[in-house]
Formats: sequence, C-alpha cells, structure tokens
Amino acid sequence: MTALPPPFDDWFARQGWDLHPHQARMLDAADAPALMLVAPTGGGKTLAGFLPSLVELSRAPHSGIHTLYISPLKALAADIRRNLLRPVQEMGLPIRIEDRTGDTSATKKKAQRVDPPHILLTTPESLALLMSYEDAPKMFAGLSRVIVDEIHALAESKRGDQLMLALSRLQAMAPGLRRVGLSATVEDPAALAARLARHPDPCRIIDADPGPAPDIAMLDIDDAPPWSGGGGGYAIPAILREVKAHRTTLIFHNTRAQAEIFFHHLWLANDESLPIGIHHGSLAREQREATEAAMVRGDLRAIVCTGSLDLGIDWGDVDLVIQVGAPKNVKRLIQRIGRANHRYNAPSKARLVPANRFEVVECVAALEAALERDLDGDPQGPGPRDVLCQHILIRACAGPFDDAELLAEIRSAGAYAGLSRAAFDDCLDFVATGGYALRAYDRWQRLVKRPDGLWHLRDPRAAQRIRMNIGTIQDADMLKVRMRGAGRPLGEVEESFAATLSAGDTFLIGGQIVRYESLKEMVVEVSRSSARKPRVAVFSGTKFATTTQLSARILRLLAQDDWPQLPRHIRDWLRLQRRISRMPEADRILVESFPHDGRAHTCVYGFAGRNAQQTLGLLLTQRMEHAGLGPLGFVASDYATLIWGLDPVAEPAPLFDPTGLRDGLETWLQGNAVMKRTFHAAASIAMLIEKNLPQARKSGRQATFSSDILYDTLRKYDPDHLLMRITKEEALRGLVDFGRIEEMLTRTAGRIDHVKAQYVTPFAAPLLLEVGKVPVVGAGRERLLEAEAAALMAEAGLSELS
Amino acid sequence: MNKAHAFSLSGCALLALPSGALFLPDHGTLCVSDLHLGKSERMARRGGALLPPYEVRETLAKLEADIAATAARRVICLGDSFDDLNAAAALPEDERLWLIRLQAGRDWIWIQGNHDAGPVDIGGTHRDELALGGLTFRHIAETGATAEVSGHYHPKHRVAGAARACFLYDRARLIMPAYGSYTGGMSSRDAVFDALIGRPAIAVLTGTKAIPAPL
Repeated sequence: MTALPPPFDDWFARQGWDLHPHQARMLDAADAPALMLVAPTGGGKTLAGFLPSLVELSRAPHSGIHTLYISPLKALAADIRRNLLRPVQEMGLPIRIEDRTGDTSATKKKAQRVDPPHILLTTPESLALLMSYEDAPKMFAGLSRVIVDEIHALAESKRGDQLMLALSRLQAMAPGLRRVGLSATVEDPAALAARLARHPDPCRIIDADPGPAPDIAMLDIDDAPPWSGGGGGYAIPAILREVKAHRTTLIFHNTRAQAEIFFHHLWLANDESLPIGIHHGSLAREQREATEAAMVRGDLRAIVCTGSLDLGIDWGDVDLVIQVGAPKNVKRLIQRIGRANHRYNAPSKARLVPANRFEVVECVAALEAALERDLDGDPQGPGPRDVLCQHILIRACAGPFDDAELLAEIRSAGAYAGLSRAAFDDCLDFVATGGYALRAYDRWQRLVKRPDGLWHLRDPRAAQRIRMNIGTIQDADMLKVRMRGAGRPLGEVEESFAATLSAGDTFLIGGQIVRYESLKEMVVEVSRSSARKPRVAVFSGTKFATTTQLSARILRLLAQDDWPQLPRHIRDWLRLQRRISRMPEADRILVESFPHDGRAHTCVYGFAGRNAQQTLGLLLTQRMEHAGLGPLGFVASDYATLIWGLDPVAEPAPLFDPTGLRDGLETWLQGNAVMKRTFHAAASIAMLIEKNLPQARKSGRQATFSSDILYDTLRKYDPDHLLMRITKEEALRGLVDFGRIEEMLTRTAGRIDHVKAQYVTPFAAPLLLEVGKVPVVGAGRERLLEAEAAALMAEAGLSELS
Repeated sequence: MNKAHAFSLSGCALLALPSGALFLPDHGTLCVSDLHLGKSERMARRGGALLPPYEVRETLAKLEADIAATAARRVICLGDSFDDLNAAAALPEDERLWLIRLQAGRDWIWIQGNHDAGPVDIGGTHRDELALGGLTFRHIAETGATAEVSGHYHPKHRVAGAARACFLYDRARLIMPAYGSYTGGMSSRDAVFDALIGRPAIAVLTGTKAIPAPL
C-alpha cells in the first residue's frame, strides 16, 4: 500500500484521522486511466478523489491546470474549494485552487483563461462553455486528472452526456488525461463506469465499505393516512414530535407544490416556533442561500425540501431524514437516507410517511428493498442526438474542424460508441443547414465546409449566440415573483401559472401567502396577504413514476396470503378488495367495471407507472370513443387508470389489442401536448430555439414565439425532420413512456380478468378522489371556451361595444 | 363569415375573422397586421437559429383563403409585413410570385412598420398611414388617438386556459393580432396596454371561431 508522503501523514495525524481503506486504494490506483469510486454519502469520497492530485502536486511543480473537478451543483464547487483550501494551507502546499461557475465574475473568468489554477472546480455547463473557446487546447494542454463528482446523478440526465462529450475533447487536448468518477451506491456500477472511461478502455471500480445498515422504518403516526392525496398533512403532529426529538431533520417531499403546502401547515402547527426553513428549486437564490447558511450554522431544526437537497453540501448535523410520500424509486430513497448522519460508520436514520393508503403498501415495499439494498433503475439508451448537435456547434465555435476526427472523438464517449456515420451526418447536416427537406436557400448555413476540407462557422457572430445558449438543463418559462415596494425576490412561478392569476388572487410561495398585484416587465408583483385558503403555485417537474422494479415488488407484496407487515387498516382494505373483486397480479391485467354516480366506470390495473398509465388512459379512451362508449374522462395513478363514460365496457380484451394500441399511439401522439413539450426540450438543446439572444429583451415578448408553432410547421411540411424523429423517440421513453405499456402487455400476454362489480371497488375508490382528472376532448373544448367567454360577457354586461 | 365577430368602431362596421384578419364589409377591405414574412430568412442571415423555412407559404396560404372568402377588393397590410427589408428582397421566387398573384386585380396597401420602414420592391402602394371609413390605419397606436386601427403589439388573451392571439378594442381604437405564423404575443394584461386601451374593452380570441371576451 502506498504510504502517504510526510506532510500528508503529519497532517492526518494532527487531525486524528486515519486514511480510509478506499482512500488508500484510490492512491494506489492513481495511475489507472479510468477509475470509479462507489461509496455511501459521507465516506470521505471527495478527499479520496483529490488526494492523488494533492500528492502529485506536492511532489513536483506543475504549470497550468493539473486537475479539473466537475460537480453537478455550483454551490458544491464553492463548498469543495473551501474544504480543500484548509488542508492545502495547513500543509503549506504550493497549490492554487479556484472555482468557475455561472456565479464567477467575468474578470475572474478571463484571468483564469490566461493564468489557470492548478485545480479548477466547475460544472458541466461551464466546462462546455470553456470548450467553445479557441484557446481551450492551450488552457488544458497539461491537464492530468479529471474528477467527476456525483457521477451517478449526472449520468441520469443529458448533462452527463454533454460532460462525457466534453471529456472526449479534453482527452484529445491532453492525451494522458486520467478520469476519476465518484458515485453514490448505484444498481449497475459497471454500466456507469463504461460511460466514464474512454471507449473502449476498461475502468477500475473501487467499492468502499457500505457502512452500517441504516435505521429506517415507517414513522409511527396516530391517524390512518387519508384515502388519496399526496400532502402528508395528517402526519404533521407526529413529524413535529420527531423534529423536537432530533437536532436537525430534513423533511423531503416529491414535488415543490407539496413542499409549499406542507411547510405552510407545519408552520401553523408549530406552537413552539421551532426554527424551520424551506428549500426548493423555485425559490429565489438569495432565499435558498439564506436557508443553507442558517443550516450550516446549525440555526435550523428542520428543513422542508425537495430534490434540490438530494446532492450537495455536507450538512454535518442532520440526524434524521423524513420522506413524505412514496419514494417511487428505491435508489433515490437510499441516497436521501444517506443525508442523515453524514459521518463515516454512523448509521443513517430515516422515517417514511406514506401520504395515502396505497402509499403505505408502496412505502413498505420500498423499505424492504432498501434494507436488502435491491436498487432499481433502467438501463440507459445510446447518447441523445440533441446533445450531440449542441456538441458539434460548440466544437465549431472553438475553430474549424475535420468531421472524421470529430466523429472518432465522439465515439470515444461510451454513450456514443455505437454512433453510425449516417446518424452523425444527420446531426451535422442539421446544425450546418437546418436539415430541411424543402430547403433551397443558401442562407440556411450555420456551418460551411471550406476548400481546406474543414467545417467553419459561416458567420462569426454565430459563436456568441451559441455560447449564450449552451447547456441541457430545461427550465420551464419562469417569471420572477417580487414583493411590491420592497423589491425583495421571493422566487419564481411558471409563466402559465402567472397567466391564470388576476388581481387579488392569493397563492403560496416560499411558505408565505401573497396576493397578486400586477405583472410588470416580466416580474410578478405581489403583496402580503392574510388569506386562509391560498392557491398553490404550479411548478414544473413532472411527477415521478414508480420504477418497474418497485412496482414488481408491490405486486409481490399484494400476492401474499396475508400481510403481517402492514397496519391493520391497510390489511382490512386489501382483504376487502380480494373479497369484492380480486387482487391485481403481475402476469394479468385486472379490469373492473362498476356504475358510480350515474356513469359507467372502468378501472385498469397495469402497475406501469404514472406516465404510462396516463398514456394508457388516452389510448383506451380514444378506442372507447371509436367503439361509441362515450368516455368522458379518466384519471391515472402509478398503478391504475380509472375511466368514466356513458356506456360500460362489456368486453375489455379488444381494447388491449397491442396493434391497435400502437396505431392509436401514432395518430394520437402527433398532436399531443406531451409531444410539444418534448419537442421544446429537444429543439432548445439542439439550438433550433435560442432562449437567450444578444440584444436586450426590452422590446417585449412579441419577438419570441412558441416552439409549438415550429412543431406544427414541421409536422405539416417536414414530418421526417431530425428533430421530429428525436422528439418521438424521447417521448416514447419519457413522458409518454410507451415502453412501460409494452412491458405490461408482454408481462400479461393477453391474460385479462374482467370483474363486474355492483359498487365502487375498494382499490378504485381512492382514484375517484385523485386530482389531475383528464377530460376527454373532442369538439367539446371549443364549446366550453365559448360558453365561458359568453358567460363572462354577460356578467360584465358587455354584449357589444360601440 | 358566421364564425367572425361583428362590431363597429366609430360607426364603421367591422368583422374580426377567426384567422386574425379584419374585414370592412362596406369597403370590401381586408386588413392584416404583422405578417413578419421572411423571419426565418432574417434569423439565418444573421447567424441565428436555422428555423424551418416554411412560414411564408403558411402565412400566404392563410391570406389567400381569407381573400377568397371575403372577395376583398382592397388589402391593407398594417406594417411589419416583412421581418426586415432584406427579407423582402430575399423572398424566394415562387413565394414572391405568389404574393404578386394575390395582389392582381385588387388595391394593395403596405403600411410601413418598424421592421419594414421603407418601400419594398413588390407591387402595391406604400403609406405611413391610411384613412378609410372614418378610421385611421397605422402600425403603432398613438397616445390619445381615436378611431384608430393599429398592430405592432401582437396582443394575446387567455380564457379557460388557452392563450390565443386576439383583437383588442375599446370605444376609441382597435389593436390587431399578429397574422404571420412565426409570431409570438404579448399578454393583454401587460402594462403596455393600460395606456392604450380603456375600459370597457373587449378581446376577440382567434382560432377556429372568433370569440369575444371582456378584457
């Protein structure tokens, strides 16, 4: 085993620290071209990543950047810099460490390009921007190591794909570059490692000791959970008891809206005025930073939060994590649990709070999976082509390039190893000319191949526009919310939500109730309000779907003869379902028909996850419409779809004929809002839509137009356009999630049980209370709109102005 | 025309068509605003995104249908007809001929806008503004004006969840929706309109049917 050189050895001794075994192994393996450490949260992971760099830099002087560190969060990069500076200063090492993110000043950024530090800490987006400069090869020529932190989180999104493409460029600039990935526990470390390493190089994986088993259980709550809903409000007294009994508690919610409502009610019940904060991605940065700072100082007893606290800053003092609502995903649950007791070899403590009765079943299944460390996740597909299009544009900004060289470089990124020449040319043609079938104009040229055989930007002004739009993170169009007069920013709401507000409406943001006053220069101005029943701001973030693996576990749990591990009220409910109808099974589709409230109801248990059950609702109602059954609406959950209409379904089997479902998908899919949303994301990443423009936006909104118009235009004139193909592929995987419907059809192979019940069945009852009902629209929507407008006209006493 | 909204401004009878065009039945005149033809060409020329080059044919097809349905003898394009003057010059031959075909046999008036300030080399008459039927047609509304029809702001309005391009009118003036297919909009609740549109006022939503709603 490599011994630590003297200054390090002494420093560790002074801290009273021992080198963790995985830190030693990382030092031993420092020469490996690719290396991935899998360790639980709090395992000294970051230091394990940096030690080899610090040791190398302490031994020999280095000019330029030695190590590049990439984190998914800006805040994390800044935090790591502070944590690294201490040992470096105390050991007196001649190492310069700087961070570079969207928050770094322009002067500082410029200085860094001229005289870079030894260790540069940055984010995937800032790195992509650096790659677009002509002097990038000079800046990175001496680069020796790159450390990708929280690689498990990055790899799940397009940010990871963009990062790996940037690494392929870096490797070309610095051939000796070694890659290091730091990951939380994941279900398939080898697949993650293959994405990190230069293809086809191997990647060594070092597993740290997973530490003691976590202390996780269901939270003991006096009341039974409600039949439906996701707020967890019934558990507030029990949660407050836990907050009082612990130093610091993180209370996780699945959505920002739920976090807001919960925080509001928690505050109302907080008789002792315990210091409790809220943290989520739609709050103003100033607000989030204030909460984080209070947390670090140990001023807060609890934080109500969302995934925005899944990663990042090391909160040393958290001793309890509470997850409100079913975790939907075992892997994420385990990572959240790891936020508590961030000390090595201390068990994490976590409690689950199901928000409704069905979630009790899901929470118990997730708990069992977490204890068995049975992680879930879907294998990832090939690298997305919209990210590739952006990468080609970034490459073009940095200077002329040869297409064959670029393709070889791209194929060295694991996710793009299988990219065909034709698929690459497709993307190159799109970024160069727009790729339009009916194009006949020479001005449609962003890139041109010059006589030197290299591709150049036709117009150098394009580089600035491209740089302004780098990145793959998709934010919905958000408007800032500000207190009138004080000018203090509170956070952001979606533009579509703001548009539904009229003066006097009240809504919740950042735990406060505010009153809408006006919209001024794209800022929503509000005032304080004492309203009791505010609306809840709609935030982006599609609902997570329960994973395939967790759904399978739930079905196994339901298949038991009895359920000793469940509370009595749930067991009674399950028994009743078994008696009145039947229990849904993994290899069969259960369809229940019953009358309710004068309508025929049909409930389909597919356990395919919320997005797929939603798609199934759209497809089935479309077929019922054809069959003349007069469907009126439906609602979907993670496990079932409930449809209501005029006539009952007599024979469900034909509705599930796979060919018919696929055909329906083709026709239905085209004009659907889900497709337009998916198109918007792909078109932004591939830079068909430029979100940021060089000239100021003061001319107002009339200059920009909705991407829906582009989608409709392409659908009409150019349906096979690259972006239309990308959109379809992504929607089938993502929001439409047809893959899960296929999985359900395969798993059940036409075995359909049809139960005709007299009344609402026990499992279907909660669905009647679900929010998010989808009306089935035909010509009806236009009539509704007209009727509402007419009513408004009458109410306003305006039938005619003249 | 049964899907249009009939109203009058300063005694002049008007029809707001669901397409976003305005028809003056007593004058056989069709008025459209903010066509922004050549928007994709201008973007491409300036090193921006390469938008689908299909907005000219989309907009002209719509205009052709409105001209046929109303049998208009006169067409007023209320400014920003072209995204800029170069875009007008760069119009592909087939689309240019299409436009000339639409002009044949009728009086065609280009009102100058802020995007297309100056004459374009395609038939028709060029004007700063035009008086017709007791109304003044100009691109940008003037403070305090009455009996005025203008464009420029691309208003849109939301009823029952759907935001659509709309006509906005009070007793004094009418602001037209943008007619071109590559155009965005400005919410009818934007402070800009406070200074221009008094109360009571009506927004006429475009779409498959022109639907009036109080502002």
